[in-house]
Amino acid sequence: MALDSKIPGGPIADKWDRHKFESKLVSPANRRKFTVIVVGTGLAGGAASAALGELGYNVKTFCIHDSPRRAHSIAAQGGINAAKNYRNDGDSVERLFYDTVKGGDYRAREANVYRLAQVSVDIIDQCVAQGVPFAREYGGLLDNRSFGGAQVSRTFYARGQTGQQLLIGAYQSMMRQVEAGTVELFPQREMLDLVVIDGKARGIITRNLVTGEIEKHWGDAVCLGTGGYGTAYYLSTNAVNSNVTAAWRCHKRGAYFANPCFTQIHPTCIPVSGDHQSKLTLMSESLRNDGRVWVPKKHADTRKPDQIPEDERDYYLERRYPSFGNLVPRDVASRAAKAVCDEGRGVGETGLAVYLDFGDSIRRLGEDTIRARYGNLFDMYEKITDENPYKMPMRIFPAVHYTMGGLWVDYNLMSTVPGLHVLGEANFSDHGANRLGASALMQGLADGYFVLPYTLAHYLASTPLPKVTTDHPAFAEAAAGTQDRINRILAVKGDRTPREIHRELGKLLWNKVGMGRTAEGLQEALARIPAMREEFWARVAVPGDANNVNKNLEYAGRVADYLEFAELLARDALERRESCGGHFREEFQTAEGEAQRDDEQFMHAAAWEFHGVGTTPTRHVEPLQFEHVKPSQRSYK
Amino acid sequence: MNLHLKVWRQAGPDTQGRLVDYEAQNIHTDMSFLEMLDVVNEDLIKKGEDPIAFDSDCREGICGTCGCVVNGVPHGPDRGTTVCQLHMRRFKDGDTIVIEPWRARAFPILKDLVVDRTALDKIISAGGYTSINVGAAPDGNAILVPKEASDEAMNFAACIGCGACVAACKNASAALFTSAKVSHLALLPQGQVERDLRVVAMVETMDAAGFGACSNEGECEAVCPKGIKIEGIARMNREYLRASVVPRPMPQGAFAG
Ligand SMILES: Cc1cc2nc3c(=O)[nH]c(=O)nc-3n(C[C@H](O)[C@H](O)[C@H](O)COP(=O)(O)OP(=O)(O)OC[C@H]3O[C@@H](n4cnc5c(N)ncnc54)[C@H](O)[C@@H]3O)c2cc1C
Ligand code: FES
Repeated sequence: MALDSKIPGGPIADKWDRHKFESKLVSPANRRKFTVIVVGTGLAGGAASAALGELGYNVKTFCIHDSPRRAHSIAAQGGINAAKNYRNDGDSVERLFYDTVKGGDYRAREANVYRLAQVSVDIIDQCVAQGVPFAREYGGLLDNRSFGGAQVSRTFYARGQTGQQLLIGAYQSMMRQVEAGTVELFPQREMLDLVVIDGKARGIITRNLVTGEIEKHWGDAVCLGTGGYGTAYYLSTNAVNSNVTAAWRCHKRGAYFANPCFTQIHPTCIPVSGDHQSKLTLMSESLRNDGRVWVPKKHADTRKPDQIPEDERDYYLERRYPSFGNLVPRDVASRAAKAVCDEGRGVGETGLAVYLDFGDSIRRLGEDTIRARYGNLFDMYEKITDENPYKMPMRIFPAVHYTMGGLWVDYNLMSTVPGLHVLGEANFSDHGANRLGASALMQGLADGYFVLPYTLAHYLASTPLPKVTTDHPAFAEAAAGTQDRINRILAVKGDRTPREIHRELGKLLWNKVGMGRTAEGLQEALARIPAMREEFWARVAVPGDANNVNKNLEYAGRVADYLEFAELLARDALERRESCGGHFREEFQTAEGEAQRDDEQFMHAAAWEFHGVGTTPTRHVEPLQFEHVKPSQRSYK
Repeated sequence: MNLHLKVWRQAGPDTQGRLVDYEAQNIHTDMSFLEMLDVVNEDLIKKGEDPIAFDSDCREGICGTCGCVVNGVPHGPDRGTTVCQLHMRRFKDGDTIVIEPWRARAFPILKDLVVDRTALDKIISAGGYTSINVGAAPDGNAILVPKEASDEAMNFAACIGCGACVAACKNASAALFTSAKVSHLALLPQGQVERDLRVVAMVETMDAAGFGACSNEGECEAVCPKGIKIEGIARMNREYLRASVVPRPMPQGAFAG
């Protein structure tokens, strides 16, 4: 199938307006005749449910949590970008667009990014009206900060809980529609299959996580906002129930998966302390505004940090990147940390950590100022590590954090399965090979509040959608397949826990498909993953039944999907023979050790078509054009 | 270290539950409480036994998914801490730890430590929002909000909806939870228009959902992982009174639209 990105014509600044005008509409009276399934209640799914409900569609919304308010978006700390230019510091839609395309290392679709920058300003207005308590200045205006090295202050925030407040805003708007009867809520439901009838997405199969019942739901369209796949690596900053299951099962039904190898490793996380660890905790990027990153100059230096004199410290980011210093983008900072640890200059018990030191800032600004800025983060650090970061530098290390890859979508957010729309982190479109800080929240809300309501209306108004019911044989087939997979997991009755197998997979991916990738390592991963999958199906242990709460069964199902998905992740990384953004192939680097893109051969999105587990998928290509932001070697020196 | 656990096991909503003894062995002080339970569960799974069902997601104290009563205290002994952020260095080798689910009429037990908290969502759907449709909002800076008001609103908006306040209260009241949302929105200009309708709808829904009445014991505030202040309840009561003495037309369903 040829990939048609459906980018509208005309000058980039007019594309979205023109597209909206040219799109078909569904009249208010007809909207309730359409049933739309929304899977996920994070910023993307929650915002979409609220917006579609307000318009009068009949919305059915699903999530795995006991309450839609608990989606993983809640954990976002730092903030949300918008090109408001409230600071009069030179920001504009153009600049946010430019920064995002460049930050993504020229692997995102320009038209999408431009639209994202345009609607960013509406997001802030909407959230303020919902009562989101953004930080304010004394004059009563909204406060902004510079985030992740941006040279303008365009990040809006609510203490260290921006994601929470934005999500609660979307959740409340959605609950208003639940009360109004336009949104019907299905919490504790896991989507386990997509139902495709006559080539169109017409429903989903879910498992009721309380009763175990396999349920069938029909709709005129399906919108997926099920988040990213970072937990493939076992340890990540993502919530422990995050999964690739919904997206992967859509992939198996025909939705292409794009750029899975574009994963983001965040430089400032609390280092791993032992095998028992179930997740890694992010220390917000904002800490790099006042913290200085260093390691000892000497190898295997076991002295306490305060005993290492100034001239024996290597502030390696400031040394290597004099103009951006500690604020270089995430991918650059993470790789630099790995490099010094690989040299044997890492700190802490494991040698897999670097210092993030607030000593200078505390001396300059006083402990109170630092406490006011980062108090909650410092407390969290102390709770987890039992060390006081006001007295001792923090120890940090990179961890898997975000996934830029996802299901391929066109400009209308529609996947290669007509009717299946994909929003938020679950799609691939806006961040290219590296996402800038505070841009995921922006994208999730942009997709849900401001893009999907238009593009979905056009789909519904222009597509013949004959009535279907759950009596259609496609539902029976999908439900039976789902039940069968569950039965097979329960029947193994082996001796290895899903967690053990997941941890093994995670280690393999971290070592071979992590911060530094080589053809050899990727081939090794590709050889080992099928064996792990076999091991899972021969030895996994899932006691108990399927007809009640069985969290280990849910988990096993997600691990099984990761064991299939991981192969695609490694294969995509192997086939992309260049380095760009978060994808660093050690064979392709500049003399200074920076990512070396190959625009000639790889200035495209790779979208994979599924042919069966263990069968080599087909790699399709969507060429990318950069007419406005001229590709250059990213330089932060 | 090694610990003796007494954990509430209950197969389903309609079955009888009981405390069951487990030994937690080789527990590292750096583990979180839930990681300790993971270790116990790994053992149970290997023995072919049903692991202890408990809820969690973010494991960093922000999503409100986790929650159980540890030695009689919701979320355990540390103030301002969810049970996922409670660390085992808080315990000593040989300690006995009793672990039970939230207990409240409005929170039926689904299995072991997992309870159904949808009653809290119902309270929000009754009025915990501003009725603003997407697309209609004025510029974010069109209405100035004093920093004090915004900060104070944020203090209440920080609620994570975990339900510990209900579990701690002898009447199983949801007053702290409800008052947090009422206060958050009442403190902001954006929440003024629907201020009266909101508090009445939310309080009535709270009462109908099977939560008990507040008798000012303050247990809720003591266990709240986010430090939500009990002053919110006084504010909610004032708001409710104000809304009740100023009669306003309240057409049925008008607020939901
Ligand atoms: C610790 C942390 C901090 C972050 N900080 C920032 C920040 O400061 N700024 C920023 O812009 N971004 C940040 N991010 C990234 C950002 O939070 C996420 O990318 C974004 O919130 C994802 O939103 P989403 O709606 O796409 O998905 P999610 O919020 O992950 O929601 C997924 C939804 O899908 C549901 N679901 C999942 N699987 C299924 C299934 N199989 N069946 C049914 N339902 C399912 C879940 O219940 C949930 O409702 C951060 C991320 C992390 C991990
Ligand atoms: S698991 Fe999220 S608050 Fe504990």
